[in-house]
Amino acid sequence: MTGTLTENILAKASGKSKVIPGENIWVNVDILLTHDVCGPGTIGVFKKEFGTDAKVWNKEKVVIIPDHYIFTKDGKAHRNIETLTEFAKKQGLPYYYQPGTDNYKGVCHVALPAEGHVRPGEIIFGTDSHTCTHGALGAFSTGIGNTDAGFVMGTGKLLIKVPETIRFIFDGKKPNYITGKDMILRAIGDIGVAGATYCAMEFSGEAISALSIEERMTICNMAIEAGGKNGIIAADEKTLEYVKTRTSKPFEVIEGNPDAPAKATYNYICEELEPCVAMPHLPDKYATATSQREVKLTRAYIGSCTGGKIEDFIMAASILNGRKVSINTFIVPATTDVSAALLTETIDGKPLVQIFAEAGCEDIPLPSCAACLGGPRDTFGRANQREIVISTTNRNFVGRMGSKEAEIYLASPLTAAASAITGNITDPREFM
Amino acid sequence: MENNNIIKGKVYILGDNIDTDQIIPAEYLNLVPTIPEEYDKLGSYAMAGLPLDAEQFIAEGEAKTEYQIMIAGANFGCGSSREHAPIALSAAGVKAIIAESYARIFFRNSVSTGEVYPLESTESLNKVLKTGDEIEIDMDKEELTNLADNKTYSLKPIGDVAPVIAAGGIFAYARKQGMIK
Ligand code: SF4
Repeated sequence: MTGTLTENILAKASGKSKVIPGENIWVNVDILLTHDVCGPGTIGVFKKEFGTDAKVWNKEKVVIIPDHYIFTKDGKAHRNIETLTEFAKKQGLPYYYQPGTDNYKGVCHVALPAEGHVRPGEIIFGTDSHTCTHGALGAFSTGIGNTDAGFVMGTGKLLIKVPETIRFIFDGKKPNYITGKDMILRAIGDIGVAGATYCAMEFSGEAISALSIEERMTICNMAIEAGGKNGIIAADEKTLEYVKTRTSKPFEVIEGNPDAPAKATYNYICEELEPCVAMPHLPDKYATATSQREVKLTRAYIGSCTGGKIEDFIMAASILNGRKVSINTFIVPATTDVSAALLTETIDGKPLVQIFAEAGCEDIPLPSCAACLGGPRDTFGRANQREIVISTTNRNFVGRMGSKEAEIYLASPLTAAASAITGNITDPREFM
Repeated sequence: MENNNIIKGKVYILGDNIDTDQIIPAEYLNLVPTIPEEYDKLGSYAMAGLPLDAEQFIAEGEAKTEYQIMIAGANFGCGSSREHAPIALSAAGVKAIIAESYARIFFRNSVSTGEVYPLESTESLNKVLKTGDEIEIDMDKEELTNLADNKTYSLKPIGDVAPVIAAGGIFAYARKQGMIK
């Protein structure tokens, strides 16, 4: 096929041999993901438009993972989970990951691929802007609103515009102090928060191939922070291994034509990248960690779909091992699998939980989105007043973690851990 | 008779990159937009995430705003995909937004729900107009007029989503196309 990876996936999903950027097409959907914040509204739209007794288009393809407000005293948040539970039961949905049960998982974007719901070449829509994460496995995946999701729920189809592709090629051998987070923060810094509006961000090159699946997810997760419609990385051997150990459902890997026209191409040599942060209050406020050494922090936060995966904690622990934090440091695992791995993964024979405890981090809570998006006032780690936070999350808008007076610096788990030790923004090379 | 293609009202001026956390902060996302009382409640919190030094969007003790039109810079509605954002604005009484450009999901949600008109200006109107100015938007002529001095400014054509907007949202459009019953 002659198009880019994104175009070729969309062509197949719309039953065409070729699609052209800008064209509006109806695509067949493989997975619809929703959670507790947008699920109830989506169900409301679905019932209003298709009838209270209507059935979802395909039970196997609707995945519900509550994660945002699952540990709060807030009554409405509880009501919302009940709405989901009732709906899942009535519809007989096999993939409802209900909190408080053995099925409970945690943050939807880490659980979705881990539970085998993401396959290369497929079309995934989710009622969450970071649904772009799943392009890391060679799928087309993007965020939609409740109304569109209600439409998908009833029909399994959606009208979308074919995006133009912007290519980001990372060549060279990635130094160990550079992470997926540093790569994507640099790209967003270069093109700006609206630099990829409506576009597919396709990542490739030697350094991308060398990355683990989790690190690829960190990169695609933040495509939306540049306005991207989707982030995508072609499936390779690593992808197939990851997917095949998690699902037996068949799928077809789709390839992109490397010569297909793109809107723009950005080239990077990984050896030239620096550990970096995004300064308040936008993800494109790029600065090297070294240049921000003067910034005094009050807390560090390691968690979320971007920075709360097991590899993120392994990176953080590699810095914190045998050292002490000097500011409040929050460790929030994304999913129950990550929580379990914190006990089994070791460095120098010590489990990660022990490393974090000895370093003086706060007690580790159950997995959820927690303070990544502020949330109700009693949310774990929420900035309820002026705090200067270094965080492995993906957004640093005014008020994102709670108080409007809080300032958030986005960084990699290495940089966040190094900064937790000194209390100032710190290049992780100081401890490597 | 009221002309649906004319929107008249006071404007509220905003800058670039107004994200959805400013439009409706995350602490109110426990409200479900399809429940009527919660729809109204969302409206009362519209723009509650603006920086502390911003001009009040909804007057103390009021449920709705006096500004029916928002004038913004580039990349309006960036960030989270929450449909609560266009809905909160609409529930607060906003009829139209005129920005230099939009983040994709916000624009899409506005079109799919039919809650607010996401219009695009051809120049930085947030530098020309000020909060409280009265304007009139003529959707057919794709222009707006500042009623104080009768100056007109053109809007960008609405483009390929026009049929969806004209139909009144994605469901109405799909029914028209025979996609769904
Ligand atoms: S962890 Fe943060 S960014 Fe990820 S889904 Fe939850 S709130 Fe959204």
